[in-house]
Amino acid sequence: MSAARRVLLIGGIALALWGMGYGLWYAVFAEHQALDGIGSSLATGFSAAAERNPTSAEASLARYREAKYVYDRQVDVHGHWIGLAMLLIVLGIGFDRVAFSDRLKLLLALGLFLGAVLFPLGVLLQTMSHGSVPRAIAIAGSALVIASLAVVAIGFSRALALAN
Amino acid sequence: MAVFRPLSRSDTSLPVDEAFAPLSARRLLLLGGIGLILAGMLFGDIFAVFVLHQNAAHVGASLADAAHAALAGNTSAVIANFQNVGGFLENRGTKVDTHVHMIDFGYLALMLAILQPWIALSDAAKRLLAWVFLAGAGVLPVGVFLIHYVGLAYSPLQAIGWASIFADLGGLLVLLATLAYFGGLWRNFRIVAGPRVKDRLLSDRSIPGRMLLGGGVLLVLLGFLHGSYYAAVDLYNHEARDYGILSQMSSSAAQRDTAAVDKALADYGQLQGEKAVNIAAHAHAIEFGLLAIMMAFFQPYVSLRETWKRRWAAVLLAGSLLLPVCVLLELNYGLTAGGLADLGGLLVIIALLAMWAGILRYTGSLDAGGEIQ
Repeated sequence: MSAARRVLLIGGIALALWGMGYGLWYAVFAEHQALDGIGSSLATGFSAAAERNPTSAEASLARYREAKYVYDRQVDVHGHWIGLAMLLIVLGIGFDRVAFSDRLKLLLALGLFLGAVLFPLGVLLQTMSHGSVPRAIAIAGSALVIASLAVVAIGFSRALALAN
Repeated sequence: MAVFRPLSRSDTSLPVDEAFAPLSARRLLLLGGIGLILAGMLFGDIFAVFVLHQNAAHVGASLADAAHAALAGNTSAVIANFQNVGGFLENRGTKVDTHVHMIDFGYLALMLAILQPWIALSDAAKRLLAWVFLAGAGVLPVGVFLIHYVGLAYSPLQAIGWASIFADLGGLLVLLATLAYFGGLWRNFRIVAGPRVKDRLLSDRSIPGRMLLGGGVLLVLLGFLHGSYYAAVDLYNHEARDYGILSQMSSSAAQRDTAAVDKALADYGQLQGEKAVNIAAHAHAIEFGLLAIMMAFFQPYVSLRETWKRRWAAVLLAGSLLLPVCVLLELNYGLTAGGLADLGGLLVIIALLAMWAGILRYTGSLDAGGEIQ
């Protein structure tokens, strides 16, 4: 088995396990609390509005915004890690159909794997910091995945052209 | 529909496959995986037609009632309406999770089916793990589906009910089975002097396989590009608007401004629609792309005539493109686009069902004669 295929298969399954483990931890220890936080802050905000207390309403809605921001990203991270892991595995299975040199294929596999790890990691880091570094990590990760996948698509079509 | 006839070598390009023996891990995972995907898609279609829109209307109505209760200064009605919103959102969320997990576990089962020859475990162990995986993949979606109905009844825990506990148990079973397969794969890589794995599924270069592989990669790429565009252009704007509209609604209610509250409610409904169609289009393009790629590998097992295999591949790809594109157009073209999107989903289901039937036919031939003519 080629090194590129190993990177994609081992990396893909490891990432899928990591994503599932994260999802299991999140479902057991964090999700219910997060949903409660979102619901209660929204209800408190509107209750404060009913009591004509705009300051308290605004504070509760700010808590809602932060809780929703974190929740959306935590769920996205779970879905994206597993989704990207599945892509790595299927590409790994069919990687012998990519008509490029072994060296380029290894670079593409590393790019795909690195991107698949970094993109959701950047999104997860956004829940801890609103700075530009987590966003830059997420953008770099997604760019790596897209660029590598585009080149892999060219490799597949090149193999078809060669076969014809 | 496809016309069944006796198998010929040209149909399958493969001799009898030992890895596909009766009750082998590959057969269990392949048939179980496609079954999970089909069940998840059918559930999704039923949910979209009969539950999704009605549920969204209930959420909107309860939110409007809560805002108007705040306008009238009625705190207890605000809380009661938000409890209703919570209930409707939980109902919706658990059904979406059921749909997504069933399909994703199906995809994972297909991938594990392809990987079987590389997993250095005994046949009995692989078979046992396949059963554990499929049991977990069945228990989790059923558990998630029941969360809304079972609630906290007889639960020993304060926040988590029995349905959640069983769902988590299902997830754990899937995780453990995948982990064990990963161990087998790792073991295979460590056996340097071991036999070289040859799997004729992977050497297939038939036209339907090429169509599905090429089309699948393009769909995934399109889904990624759309997701990047959405993240760069709309995501932060949508998040800011979500908070801004709710804040406007709350402050207008405090100021007893009915017109502003109603406008904020209308804006909020529009925003939720924009978010939902973008996320659905992104997710469906990628998932259908992955499905097409995986089905490309299994084409040698689909024992239908070559022309029908091509037709079903084309139908699967057409449906896979139609659904996300029409979902995106729903905001501008309403029910017409929504109907076409549902048609796209139906095309994918029919094509997958046809391929599944072809695979079942292959297994039947193997089990009956053990030899392909």
